[in-house]
Amino acid sequence: MSALNDLTIAQLRDGLTARKFSAREVADAYLAAMEKQRGLNAFILETPDVARAQAAASDAKLAKGEAGALEGVPLGIKDLFCTKDVQTTAGSHILEGFKPPYESTVSQNLFDAGAVMLGKLNLDEFAMGSANITSYFGPVKNPWKRKDGKDLVPGGSSGGSAASVAAHIVAGATGTDTGGSIRQPASFTGIVGIKPTYGRCSRWGIVAFASSLDQAGPMTRDVRDAAIMLGAMAGHDVKDSTSVPLPVPNYEAAMTGDIRGLRFGIPKEYRVDGMPAEIEKLWQQGIDWMKAAGAEPVEISLPHTKYALPTYYIIAPAEASSNLARYDGVRYGLRVPGNTLDEMYENTRAAGFGAEVRRRILIGTYVLSAGYYDAYYLKAQKVRTLIFQDFQEAWKKCDVILTPTAPSAAFGIGDKADDPIAMYLNDVFTVPVNLAGLPGMSVPAGLSGDGLPLGLQLIGKPFDEPTLFRVGGVLETAANFKARPGA
Amino acid sequence: MSLDPATVARIATLARIKIAPDEQVRIAGELNTILDWVEQLKTLDTSAVEPMTSTVEMVMPQRADQVTDGGYPNKILANATEPVRVSTTEEMGGFFTVPKVVE
Amino acid sequence: MIIEGKTGTWEIVVGLEVHAQVVSQSKLFSGASATYGGEPNAQVSLVDAAFPGMLPVINGYVVEQAIKTGLGIEATVNEVSVFDRKNYFYADLPQGYQISQYTRPIVSGGRLVIDLPGDRTKTIGVTRLHLEQDAGKSMHDQSPTKSYIDLNRSGVALMEIVSEPDIRSPEEAGAYLKKLRAILRYLGTCDGNMEEGSMRCDANVSVRKVGVTEFGTRNEIKNVNSIRHVMQAIEYEANRQVEALEAGETIRQETRLWDVARGVTRSMRSKEHAHDYRYFPDPDLLPLILDPKAIARIKAAMPELPDAKKARFVEAYKLSPYDAGVLVAEQEQADFFETVAKGRKDPKLAANWVIVELFGALNKKGVDVTNSPVSAKNLAGLLDLIENETISGRIAKDVFQFMVETGKDAASIVAEKGLVQVTDTGAIDAAIAKVMAENAAKVEEYRAGKTTLFGWFVGQVMKGTGGKANPAKVNEILKAKLSG
Repeated sequence: MSALNDLTIAQLRDGLTARKFSAREVADAYLAAMEKQRGLNAFILETPDVARAQAAASDAKLAKGEAGALEGVPLGIKDLFCTKDVQTTAGSHILEGFKPPYESTVSQNLFDAGAVMLGKLNLDEFAMGSANITSYFGPVKNPWKRKDGKDLVPGGSSGGSAASVAAHIVAGATGTDTGGSIRQPASFTGIVGIKPTYGRCSRWGIVAFASSLDQAGPMTRDVRDAAIMLGAMAGHDVKDSTSVPLPVPNYEAAMTGDIRGLRFGIPKEYRVDGMPAEIEKLWQQGIDWMKAAGAEPVEISLPHTKYALPTYYIIAPAEASSNLARYDGVRYGLRVPGNTLDEMYENTRAAGFGAEVRRRILIGTYVLSAGYYDAYYLKAQKVRTLIFQDFQEAWKKCDVILTPTAPSAAFGIGDKADDPIAMYLNDVFTVPVNLAGLPGMSVPAGLSGDGLPLGLQLIGKPFDEPTLFRVGGVLETAANFKARPGA
Repeated sequence: MSLDPATVARIATLARIKIAPDEQVRIAGELNTILDWVEQLKTLDTSAVEPMTSTVEMVMPQRADQVTDGGYPNKILANATEPVRVSTTEEMGGFFTVPKVVE
Repeated sequence: MIIEGKTGTWEIVVGLEVHAQVVSQSKLFSGASATYGGEPNAQVSLVDAAFPGMLPVINGYVVEQAIKTGLGIEATVNEVSVFDRKNYFYADLPQGYQISQYTRPIVSGGRLVIDLPGDRTKTIGVTRLHLEQDAGKSMHDQSPTKSYIDLNRSGVALMEIVSEPDIRSPEEAGAYLKKLRAILRYLGTCDGNMEEGSMRCDANVSVRKVGVTEFGTRNEIKNVNSIRHVMQAIEYEANRQVEALEAGETIRQETRLWDVARGVTRSMRSKEHAHDYRYFPDPDLLPLILDPKAIARIKAAMPELPDAKKARFVEAYKLSPYDAGVLVAEQEQADFFETVAKGRKDPKLAANWVIVELFGALNKKGVDVTNSPVSAKNLAGLLDLIENETISGRIAKDVFQFMVETGKDAASIVAEKGLVQVTDTGAIDAAIAKVMAENAAKVEEYRAGKTTLFGWFVGQVMKGTGGKANPAKVNEILKAKLSG
């Protein structure tokens, strides 16, 4: 039998239900693995006491035959989710030491399903980044190494989530995705990540970055695990006015393996300039796998694709500049004294926010300010409509869209650090999905020339996550991705 | 639309982020790089397009007018810097404090 | 109002922004109590204190209240409106933004007819009404170095009601506020209590030379907490501006504070920062879409409002417009009057009693009509006794005094005190005979032509009956007897 921390969520579930091992044993195995991998800096806070207590409760439930869907499954929680009485920082100095007196809806849903929390996972500060290098608590290392041995980024912003899932120090992790923050790190670390349709998971209790784009989702080792986990995370929440009152389908049951007759779109605009040949090749490989499984490729056009990134980099900072105004040193978090109220604000926010967050707040403030609103923010909102309409047109021709997840494999820590635009380009394939509010999934599909994982992205119609799981399962089987970091 | 150091100072004040004068030029440069890049949106004709705030296509839900929340000043004040407590009992509450404001 | 300056005559131009706290149990976007008072920060939810990840959910009843108010000021209720964030930093604004409505308010284009002296009226345009969150409260006098913040009011629902700059004098401003407050109270959408801050007023004041059509630069006077102070502040500010302009200064657009103690307006230091609110649609909320059927339902259930009631009182009860205006100023007063007047032959008598006797007595006691010791039913009982001639109008006033003091009904007091009017002609005959017998000389004088003595005889007879004789009967019989 493999080590407990090498089992998938589905395998853990089966083993726990059959009482082959206890939740406490599983938790201990993970806590031990977690300790060994502290070098990754994946956790901002480890919560072994919470984990052991929850595992004991799970064992009691398992004994009574009252197990939830994730009973006894150890997860990592991205430190953007507020966890009751457990420090929640959003990767920022400004929230260091903050203990929310409440539990986010999504993490509560997971705990209600029996999940065990191993700790709070590192991330880019306020989820702003694509490499997990902006965290106040230090960068996260990708467990994968390039052949030259260089330390690589795990992607971001859910870098701690991705690294910990890939390193088998959590069975699964929560992520959030505003412009690619689940899918791009999933691709960089060889795991599965799904950003559900906007409105599918409650945003209540998740530190907001860009409210009209943020969406929580699972990051797991395989597609089935993502289906199990999303089933527990998703659902209508009356505390979130943008949460959609639709029942949660059985995502696992959607994985029939049968995609015959399915039409999958290949957007021609995603063949961007300078795309590495290996990405192009992987994409073609994906097309071939799906054809072999009986699906039919359709060329589609998403003509406004190239405008998605600039649109995103107006809308997201604009919303963020307002969402982050509450970090003012008054009610929680850091306060740096000042002689006047404004001095206190300015000192606190200068010291509390890192460079990238400050930069985005300033950009967001500028694009909303008098005289520039129409030229930037309103313009971006209009282009967002065009991007949304591109997808609506596409759905007339296809049922799902297949693209690469990211334009490259993981890069070195320090690379692109002083070129924000180059960094932003990481999200070129993922950002349009957020702007249109659609579900998107990254599935590991192969290795780069450097031996690093690469993912393919599936984009679905609104609330058609079942199709993503069905197709994702087929791609996964075809790709048969078994590589492990450090192997 | 190029952003000058004075504008950086103005938006920094609006955003209440202290920026030292010697940083203004560097930050203006960084922001201009991003602003120049997003300029490409200008090439699109959007005169007939409605702006989009949310992709959610439903009517906004409304709650019933009932008191269902509040009544926990201790929780509200627990994470604050230098709160002033009226009393230590939960129901008595207290105040947040800030540097004195002159109106 | 016209200000005679050194360089010519000036006209005042005023627009009012009223913040009216919506009557509701809970706040606009959270389930915390909206009640006034409470221990500091005890009526605060995590949403109101802007904890990370907290989200607003709108109170449907507050929306209904705004619709009602919009219909009450004859405005258009917009089927689609949008909530925006108004971004600024302040100690009592935890989110760093106020959720408000900027480009698309829930209500637009209404009007208010104000009542002016001499039964004149004037129509003041209402530009818009929108919903927004109240801020918390800062206290600056508790500590030498700190301001204290209480968020109990943070997130309470306000209606901001903005008038057109149609107001031309402090009196018109006062009349506007009185009428608006009456309508809000009639509708039950705001209690109109300016002292507790549930109705607050900012006044935009400018002046211009008479005959000039462009507006002058305006100043905003913030948060004045009574109608009288609003009027005083406008008067002061207009005169200040005229003096400044005549001294060759220019008016700088700014926010000013009414200093009650000194009776002056002064520049607000905390508002010196150049404002740039960066309004944008709140991405945590969706557009507010109203069902036209729901609006129609609310419209069908609207109560009668002051102007309509006044017209009906004039028409149905034949009251003077002035009396009707006094009665409808408060719904409770109007209801009281109607209870007293209903089915009465002489509703004007009822109006007189309510306005003169009752309001006079209430005024003396310092209570309002809802706490009147004399109930409407009891006042009606008293008027019944006058009308069926059980007591005279003069006795009725004494009875009313007892009613005010004891709260008892008129009939019991009349019975207790033996005040029943004497209409029995035998008793009156006897009293007259007695007076005539005792004053034979005066009778002779009268009969000799000194008829002015008649009043003296009436008085004597009334005195003889303890005031209880029916005056009409006394007149009639006395005249016959004296004539011999």
